Amino acid sequence: MLKDLITPQNANVFVGKLGDILEKAIDKPLGYAINWGRIWSLWPVHIETACCSVEFGAASSPRYDVERFGIIEAFGSLRQCDLIVVQGTITRKMAPRLRLVYDQMPEPKYVIAMGACAITGGLYFDSYNVLPGIDGVLPVDVYVPGCPPRPETLIQGCMLLQEKIKRMKARKYV
Amino acid sequence: MNKELPPGLALQKVDERIMTLNVGPQHPGSGHMRIIVQIDGDFIVACDPDPGYVHRGEEKMAEYRNYITNIPHLERPVIHDSCNILYPYVLGVEEILGLEVPERAKYIRVIASELNRCVYTMYWLAIYGIFLGHSTMFMWPAGDRELLIDLLEKMTGARVTHAHFVPGGVRNDLPPNFEDVCLRQVNYFEKRIKEYAAVFYDNPILIARTENTGVLSREDAIRLGTTGSVLRASGVDYDLRKKEPYDVYEELDVHSNVMKEGDSYARSKIPWLDMMESCNIIRQALQKMPKSGSVRVKLKPNPKGKGFDSVYKRVESGRGSLGCYIVSDAKPEPYRVKLSVGSFRNLIALPYLLKGEKLGNMPAVYWSLNYWPVEADR
Amino acid sequence: MSSDSNNEQIETVSDAEPTSANISPGKEIELPKFEKELADKIVEKFGTRIKVAFVKPDRVRINVGRDDVKEVAEFLRDVLNFDHAESVSGVDYPQDKEIEVVYHLGSYTDPSLSRQILALATTAQREENPIPGNDATRLPSLREIFYSVEFHEREIFEMFGVYFQGHPDNRRLLLPEDWADLPPLRKDFAIKGR
Repeated sequence: MLKDLITPQNANVFVGKLGDILEKAIDKPLGYAINWGRIWSLWPVHIETACCSVEFGAASSPRYDVERFGIIEAFGSLRQCDLIVVQGTITRKMAPRLRLVYDQMPEPKYVIAMGACAITGGLYFDSYNVLPGIDGVLPVDVYVPGCPPRPETLIQGCMLLQEKIKRMKARKYV
Repeated sequence: MNKELPPGLALQKVDERIMTLNVGPQHPGSGHMRIIVQIDGDFIVACDPDPGYVHRGEEKMAEYRNYITNIPHLERPVIHDSCNILYPYVLGVEEILGLEVPERAKYIRVIASELNRCVYTMYWLAIYGIFLGHSTMFMWPAGDRELLIDLLEKMTGARVTHAHFVPGGVRNDLPPNFEDVCLRQVNYFEKRIKEYAAVFYDNPILIARTENTGVLSREDAIRLGTTGSVLRASGVDYDLRKKEPYDVYEELDVHSNVMKEGDSYARSKIPWLDMMESCNIIRQALQKMPKSGSVRVKLKPNPKGKGFDSVYKRVESGRGSLGCYIVSDAKPEPYRVKLSVGSFRNLIALPYLLKGEKLGNMPAVYWSLNYWPVEADR
Repeated sequence: MSSDSNNEQIETVSDAEPTSANISPGKEIELPKFEKELADKIVEKFGTRIKVAFVKPDRVRINVGRDDVKEVAEFLRDVLNFDHAESVSGVDYPQDKEIEVVYHLGSYTDPSLSRQILALATTAQREENPIPGNDATRLPSLREIFYSVEFHEREIFEMFGVYFQGHPDNRRLLLPEDWADLPPLRKDFAIKGR
């Protein structure tokens, strides 16, 4: 009977439904496992937008060594990234490119706004070419304040994001 | 308005052989800029740099803030070289306001500026290493750099954005016992950077990748108006610390490093040699510095210029000559501030160097220009 | 107020700072010798077509009309050995209806000039309603004479709307591609909230 119901045209729908049922059945353990995987593979897109990239680079230096948390590993292709750290000021010229980069990343994706400029415009609140914060461009998960934030602050921001992912519903993107 | 679209956005005529590539702004090897290259096979036939992704309108903002409140945002273009980018501005404002800087402050400025030059150059070297796929050369400079950042943090209170130079001196006096700590750290730092020769500069892979790539002849270096390490790598001995000494550089023995080759290897080696020279200068300055005395002239609130006047001051920064042109009127705000930065001046050399080069050599040539995109955009 | 009329307005340079000196009649301040000679050479050649705005230690500034600027620049390069432009800045003077463009020239090849910066200032006509590239705000480009001004002049074009005739590449450099407002560094362009 089931065989008659499934045609090549609606196979996708059935597989999706099956996934939903499975997930509802074993939601908690599966969700935990999926989130666990996401937490330890937060790879950032390599896009520098302004001067906070100096401290972003310093966070990978031997003294701070952010990679021991499994988060910010220097990585090339944005097709395999799930984190975008907006490193400072977004100018009007950069904003469309930033959105373009974000749109090309696969789900799930997370955004960290690093530095005062990315949060509110910071020191450049009255500049003619700077956006007052990136909220209008990207949905932000974690704000890391500072001008520029120290590497420790960035690490703390990333760990906050990990906490957040831990509590997110994994099903949203499955 | 110019009708033509910029070449990156306009539809390109598809040639049989020529292909247009966008490198950046999302590219590990571009930084905060885009380079549009046209390649024929593996060779670059044309290159059009497209900066401006971090253009924040510093010069316009400076017209709305007074001479003192301009300081924090004017240092933002190069936050890891913030003392040097403030230096010409502060010298210019001092000339406009007619201030005489105390002797001790001048020495503190020299020390801070040389430390900051090293901090900048180490970051640049780390990125240059990782551009060329040399991970050790990212880790070593990025780690050793923290030594000097500690010193500057002790001195000024901030990790990178110091805002330490103010018209009439420096913001704070040195902390107690700073001289000994500084001397020790600098000596250790010099010992460390000498080890880079073995791992980086004598490395046959680096030499094979950078020697004879992107050769800039002496005539072209002068004609294109390049500056700093790019100029000195092409055989022109021009270092403003020696040629036009500002503050107390006259009393210090400064040696400028010059190489004749003009290729990427020479351009990558000059900043490294400069760091050793900086260590020398810091040691001399620590010795000659007056042990006590005031470090800042008290300013009235909202200091004003005397009338229409213009000054052009320049210093040698990590990226070359850094000029600041200030037009003042009788108001607390400057009428116009223009920063003429080394990065922007060296950018013009990029299309000339990349023409005929292999695409794989682009990172080696591009980053050897000692270019910091945020500074060039201002 | 352009800098032509600067010197009348500048009050005396304070006694605490004897290094800085201005040409102002009646003031007995000794001018720096080398810089004076430099200025005299230019005056000798061009006479009244140029105006020496000031002579300070290591800094000489001359003002030139826009028709003579190329000729003067050629003289500076060929005879006085200035070989590159350090900086090109625009300054907007709405009251005088002009936009001033200042070329700061330096020399790498001549050791005697290594301390010197010569500011070559010229002015372009300022339009109330600018259409960058298509109005009277034009200047001859110095790119053929000093190659290093190429990107600087592109910057001036987008920031002030001064079109450089003879420049091969008058395109945008720093501003976004869709910038449709006034050139931002003009004085009538107000930034938000100010």
